[in-house]
Amino acid sequence: MLISNTQEIPGKKIVEFYGVVSGSTVRAKHIGRDIMAGLKNVVGGELTGYTELLSEARGEAIRRMSYQAEETGANAIVNVRFATSSVAQGAAELFAYGTAVSVE
Amino acid sequence: MELISLLVTPVMLLGAWITGSILERHHLNNLLLRESGSTDVLAITVEDLPEDWHPESSDLVMGNVVISQDYFKRVAAGIKGVFGGNIGVFEPLLERARREALLRMKAEARARGHNTVINVRLETSRMASTASKGRGTAGVEILAFGTAITVNRG
Repeated sequence: MLISNTQEIPGKKIVEFYGVVSGSTVRAKHIGRDIMAGLKNVVGGELTGYTELLSEARGEAIRRMSYQAEETGANAIVNVRFATSSVAQGAAELFAYGTAVSVE
Repeated sequence: MELISLLVTPVMLLGAWITGSILERHHLNNLLLRESGSTDVLAITVEDLPEDWHPESSDLVMGNVVISQDYFKRVAAGIKGVFGGNIGVFEPLLERARREALLRMKAEARARGHNTVINVRLETSRMASTASKGRGTAGVEILAFGTAITVNRG
């Protein structure tokens, strides 16, 4: 599955469109990580626990989106966009969407 | 006993200020070093490629970072916020986070064997609420993503 956030896959030609595909996931880190992040919050800097949380979750959202695209018979997804919303303290919804296409 | 509880806040403020400043300077030096070493990957926000570029393969690459402000600066920003205007103490934080996210994106592109990232986008989202009077996590996530390609730039 070729994934790109451009209008078309660089160097390839789109032959068919299959419509919008999307994948989302809501993730929360366990309480220990939340407490660590709370402590780190006093001195500032990177909250590594949350960085990992979001990066894993975004990966999962992309996998779900790819799976959906595969089912429609597409071999690429173009114009991928991300949306993030924090639904509760320490939990976040990651959403990825794009257009499933066939390229050659 | 009362004296101790009276001292907690100033000590915490001072501690946060000192540690926060050290960490910030350390991060800025680290960024400069890594940026000078990452000139091999070109990142552009343009999508259309010049005619003579013939990309061979492509991959979606991204880099993210969740960063938070230290306690002292949060309080300082709170006071400044009463009077309005430019909240200067938050600007270096966001700038550091963006540079870090871009570097991570470039690192992923390099790891996958690409030398150019096109259509780069930067997104900012707030991780958690800051409503609990500065005590809650005030993390901000910066995401940099783009399409990495391998191209002979000449």
